[in-house]
Amino acid sequence: MNKPIGYVLCALALGGIVGGCGKPPPPPETTEAAPAATAPVAVAVDPARFTPPAESEIPKNEFGEAVLLGKNIFVNTQQYAKGFVGNGMNCANCHLDNGRKADSAPLWAAYVLYPAYRQKTGQIDTIQSRIQGCFLYSMNGKPPALDSKEMTALVTYHYWLAKGAPTGVKLPGQGYLKVPKPAQKPEIARGRNVYENNCAICHGANGEGIKARGEYAFPPLWGKDSFNWGAGMHRVDTAAGFIQANMPYGLGGTLSDQEAWDVALFMNSHERPQDPRFSGSVAQTRDKHHDENCLYGRTPEELAASLEKQAEAGTAAEKTKPAPEQLEGYSPAISH
Amino acid sequence: MRSATRLIFMGTMVMAASTAAAAPPSIITQGKGAAIACASCHGVDGAGNAQAGFPVLAQLPPAHFAKQIADFKAGTRTHPIMTPIAMAMSAEDIESSARHYASQARPKSEATTVDPAVIARGKNLAINGAWDRHVPPCFKCHAVDGLGVAPAFPPIAGQHAAYTVSQLQAWKTGARTNDPQKLMKTVAENLTDDDIHSVAGYLATLGTREKGNE
Ligand code: HEC
Ligand code: HEC
Ligand code: HEC
Ligand code: HEC
Repeated sequence: MNKPIGYVLCALALGGIVGGCGKPPPPPETTEAAPAATAPVAVAVDPARFTPPAESEIPKNEFGEAVLLGKNIFVNTQQYAKGFVGNGMNCANCHLDNGRKADSAPLWAAYVLYPAYRQKTGQIDTIQSRIQGCFLYSMNGKPPALDSKEMTALVTYHYWLAKGAPTGVKLPGQGYLKVPKPAQKPEIARGRNVYENNCAICHGANGEGIKARGEYAFPPLWGKDSFNWGAGMHRVDTAAGFIQANMPYGLGGTLSDQEAWDVALFMNSHERPQDPRFSGSVAQTRDKHHDENCLYGRTPEELAASLEKQAEAGTAAEKTKPAPEQLEGYSPAISH
Repeated sequence: MRSATRLIFMGTMVMAASTAAAAPPSIITQGKGAAIACASCHGVDGAGNAQAGFPVLAQLPPAHFAKQIADFKAGTRTHPIMTPIAMAMSAEDIESSARHYASQARPKSEATTVDPAVIARGKNLAINGAWDRHVPPCFKCHAVDGLGVAPAFPPIAGQHAAYTVSQLQAWKTGARTNDPQKLMKTVAENLTDDDIHSVAGYLATLGTREKGNE
């Protein structure tokens, strides 16, 4: 009964995505159980999206063992790669559903885009060097070596999730959403209000997260156990995109563009671990590495002014140059 | 209900136990007017009753416990038995009973003979959720062990299946509306009956932590 529907959706999905439908259609519940009228989540899952293999399909052999270790490191980095982590985070805290969820920078979409040139590093990054960046910034730690057991397992997990996906193609759901600029200039005071009403119950009154029996049940958003000033999430635009699609947890898609920007600005106006690229002074580090949408070494007013300047310069440049993500071999992920 | 005989039995147990630990407050053992002794349904140890659907109260965070009584009083949560009981409770009764139950051990539910395949399905839902149907994992909000994240997220591990089913249904149908930010209603709305029964069956098999809530 449901099969034909699944295949029809799958056939539609094939526009551009070769191989995503090599496997059977999603379980019947997908089309049947979702109560169309009452579904409260505004971000509808587009059926045309690539579907990574189910966890039950991990092969029971040496390769499967590496996939499983990679998954464990990704989900519980605190336990499985403790020595490489300098804060309270796990990789999966920002890549939901164990790195599977669309619009949550899913690993299946990331894997097929590397090697790529990245502006942040000024070089061709491989998936390995990309992952090293995650450890350095988002995990505020010390990257595992390219040939380490941890790196091999992580890459194996990324690779396996991308089974059947075409390489070199930006798949729908890749990265985080780009939330349009809101009507009003983002503002910290409004953001605090959004935070108190929507986020504090899980992330704590002071963004410190909440622990249960010694482990973070809800991760910290700022402070010493959070991501550092070099992480992609410290950018206001990136954070707004993550938040709108994924937060409040379980209620993704319910905040307006304005609320997402306001709360992202509020979150990223707090202290967090220093950028590991820090050299000289905050101003020098800002000028060298933070020509972007962030509050590193800037007041919100200075940020607004610098964005306006960039926007003017940007419109002139855009006419002559394609956006980086349209260039072959450029990573659409701006930063990490 | 054989609550009278049960109470006498309880009373003897309490006297025996009271030499070792602090005696439970009288609201639990004796009750007060319309507030029938909590122990007659929830037990002195807060283990509840699987068949009758009386919930486990052991290790509920005191803030969550107090909120539920306040919600029964306010009518955002209603139940023919618990509403009048809550109405008759004073602030002091709430505080003392909440503190007592928070300190009790939370064993698994005794009535848990369910098909292992059903339990496996429930376990998968609790740990991984079903994001393709907008269902986040239960254990992201109720902690990896299902024992809750104080103050707002109650333990669900070790709860009697019949009670868990009744609450999920109540949210789904709109009968229970007291959850903050509609967090739990949003989850329940996307669960099928099959999901509800398998996850409730799985949760009943859990809950072995010995000592009180921190
Ligand atoms: C604090 C949140 C956070 C944590 C923790 C985190 N990441 Fe990321 N990750 C991001 C952000 C932000 C991006 C960049 C997205 C962009 O700019 O579009 C990203 C990008 C990536 C990408 C590239 C995605 C793409 O499509 O190009 C990979 C791969 C990745 N992360 C892996 C990891 C791994 C492995 C870990 C753990 C070692 C980790 N991340 C931890 C936030 C995080
Ligand atoms: C119901 C609980 C809950 C609420 C409410 C909630 N979050 Fe989260 N949040 C989580 C959980 C759980 C994670 C980690 C997800 C995972 O590990 O799968 C998370 C992760 C995050 C992250 C990435 C990890 C980090 O620590 O930086 C950010 C940023 C974030 N939330 C921001 C917000 C904002 C802003 C709001 C309010 C608009 C919000 N959250 C509301 C539970 C919640
Ligand atoms: C006659 C049986 C009975 C008695 C006596 C009783 N309860 Fe209950 N209690 C119930 C039932 C049934 C429920 C479930 C209500 C529902 O389905 O919403 C409940 C629910 C509760 C809850 C909510 C639990 C949760 O996890 O959300 C609390 C708290 C509670 N009772 C406290 C008490 C206290 C305190 C007393 C004594 C003053 C008491 N109860 C006496 C039957 C009883
Ligand atoms: C987004 C966060 C979130 C998720 C995910 C979640 N819950 Fe809850 N749950 C809550 C909150 C908050 C409450 C407390 C509601 C209240 O204050 O009355 C709750 C309460 C409950 C209760 C009532 C407990 C009691 O003692 O009365 C049950 C049962 C429950 N959840 C089961 C589940 C199950 C099963 C799942 C997975 C299918 C799940 N929850 C997923 C947030 C969540």
